[in-house]
Amino acid sequence: MDKAKDVIIQLTVNNHAGVMSNITGLFTRRAFNLEGILCGRLKNTKTSKMYLLINNDNRIDQIVKQLKKLYDVLEVSICENCDYNIFDNVHELMQGKQ
Amino acid sequence: MRYSGAEIIIKLLEEQGVDKIAGIPGGANLPMYSVLAKSNKIQHILVRHEQAAGFIAQGIARTTGKAAVCFATSGPGVTNLLTAIADAKLDSVPVVAITGQIPSSLVGTDAFQEVDTCGLAIPITKHHFFVSSAKELVHILPEAFRVAEEGRPGPVIIDIPKDVQLEEIEIANWSLEDVAATIVDVEKNIPTASLEDVDKIAQMINESRKPLLYIGGGILQSNSHKLLYDFAKKNTIPVASTLMGLGCFPSNDSLFLGMLGMHGAPYTNLVLNETDLLIAFGVRFDDRATGKIAEFCPKASIIHVDIDPAELDKNKSTNFSVAADIRMVLDELILLIDKNPREEWMAEIEAIKKANPFPISQNNDCWHPLNLIRKIGALVDPDTIITTDVGQHQMWVAQSYPFQQPRTLLTSGGLGTMGFGLPAAIGAALANPEKKVICISGDGSILMNIQELATLADLKLNVTVIILNNGVLGMVRQLQELFFQQTYIATRFITNPDFASMAKCFGIKGYDLKNQGNLEAMLEKILSTSEPCVINIPIDFRENVMPTVPPGAGNHQMIGGKKHG
Ligand SMILES: Cc1ncc(C[n+]2csc(CCOP(=O)(O)OP(=O)(O)O)c2C)c(N)n1
Repeated sequence: MDKAKDVIIQLTVNNHAGVMSNITGLFTRRAFNLEGILCGRLKNTKTSKMYLLINNDNRIDQIVKQLKKLYDVLEVSICENCDYNIFDNVHELMQGKQ
Repeated sequence: MRYSGAEIIIKLLEEQGVDKIAGIPGGANLPMYSVLAKSNKIQHILVRHEQAAGFIAQGIARTTGKAAVCFATSGPGVTNLLTAIADAKLDSVPVVAITGQIPSSLVGTDAFQEVDTCGLAIPITKHHFFVSSAKELVHILPEAFRVAEEGRPGPVIIDIPKDVQLEEIEIANWSLEDVAATIVDVEKNIPTASLEDVDKIAQMINESRKPLLYIGGGILQSNSHKLLYDFAKKNTIPVASTLMGLGCFPSNDSLFLGMLGMHGAPYTNLVLNETDLLIAFGVRFDDRATGKIAEFCPKASIIHVDIDPAELDKNKSTNFSVAADIRMVLDELILLIDKNPREEWMAEIEAIKKANPFPISQNNDCWHPLNLIRKIGALVDPDTIITTDVGQHQMWVAQSYPFQQPRTLLTSGGLGTMGFGLPAAIGAALANPEKKVICISGDGSILMNIQELATLADLKLNVTVIILNNGVLGMVRQLQELFFQQTYIATRFITNPDFASMAKCFGIKGYDLKNQGNLEAMLEKILSTSEPCVINIPIDFRENVMPTVPPGAGNHQMIGGKKHG
């Protein structure tokens, strides 16, 4: 994972069926790239947290604005101090090097 | 009291003030229909194709500004509706589509007439709701209307399985139910402009020498046409409009430059080249308006105000932009701008106009489509609602019809959907019984929803359908002529129905003005009646929409700007 080339967007979303496809649908429809997704339910709430890994091109602003328009997206921010290793670990899992 | 899901739906629709619903029943929405049968507040309009139900809802919504409703059953009912929904999305029209779904227990089994309505809805709606219990309806129904109308409007689909429509629940107190359900919701704030923002805009305008307003659908959505007029007049700012903005500024005013872009007048696009400050209000820098974006308004600083933050700096970076309701901004801004006659700028525009006039202005042939449309405009009241289909006739209307009031032009701008005109006209007539509605169509487009003549015959509305009949898919033929070396394929119809007789078969008056000696007198006579009718007017298939900006070119590089004259 290259911090200069990639950005992690952090989302808080209502957790019900269909939210994930709304978000991935947005990326397909607007031809934004999406390199990885991590998602988990927040304890004792009706919300989930999502981390989206995307290439840092000049469309980040537009991606964030479009995400904010989605009904079930409650918060959007660019993750400044996320541990970028989380996606590296996923990458290793994908490549089969445990 | 106990209520079924279907009863809750109809009751809440009545509470929203919905008085007309267009649709077609089927297995999966029958419970709703059987409750609708008992409603004395809602009139159901049985269409002949679900796409028309969507466009009727659009006709109501586009003329009233309020969300309108359509019904469809699961499966093919839904897929038929989708074009009208996508159309509403691109033109920001508030529509609430309520679709029946197969029973929950069967969802996911490829049951008869099952499609993934919500999956299909994702890219073409503002939002969609899948209802999994009757209880949820109390919250979702009003919420759908709020989403459809709030901020930048758009279509919403509510998909409701049949068992949810039949499920009975106890509701003691309606208002309590709704409040309880709403708490889950996080309020999304509507963007507003600060006083400093407005100050900054005023300063930029006051300091500019050659400002130009570029207006669009946001003006009518925010109901700010009157303010806009006073604003433009006070500081003497010329106005160019997108297709969606036509009607928001009186077309006969000296400041009005008409439509800009691909089929704008030569002078309009050339004035864009000279402006030093582009004031973009309620627009989205669509490619049909801007041409090659890098060459759009090369000498100008750009101010952009739109309710949708995502439109700011999306296609063109601006010098100053604010996400806000245009009306709120204009309210303050009008106080802060100088009174300024801008004599030099006006003289420069006058000179550009003189040197680059609209190409047809000296042609007097009354059969020329531009003259026909002008004539129609001269014959009817200024509050007449015009709908169009898509093609050359649409652009001729945009170029030459004398629009004076907002919401008098209903046209499929974003999606460019042939078949829009007739059902949208029916919707407009339903919502505006005191007004005349004219659908100006082409012989290609009209056949895409021709079955709705039957609906029109049912309702006997004051709708006149005028077919500018060139025997071809004119706009596509034009593209073949100009940009594909006259390789004509699939644009000339081998046969065409006799439209006047066809109208009569549907039980509607039909007129054919072919070989009509006194065209204008005949038009006047027909337009003075208020029954539904179809008028076929043959036009020369070689007429093209001019000027035209070639694909990928800058707006100033139009062709056909000087030809006819
Ligand atoms: C549903 C749909 N299919 C295809 C097109 C592509 N298209 C754009 S204009 C046009 C021709 C329209 O012909 P007609 O309605 O006769 O109008 P004219 O251009 O001749 O005035 C076509 C096929 C479209 N806009 N919509």
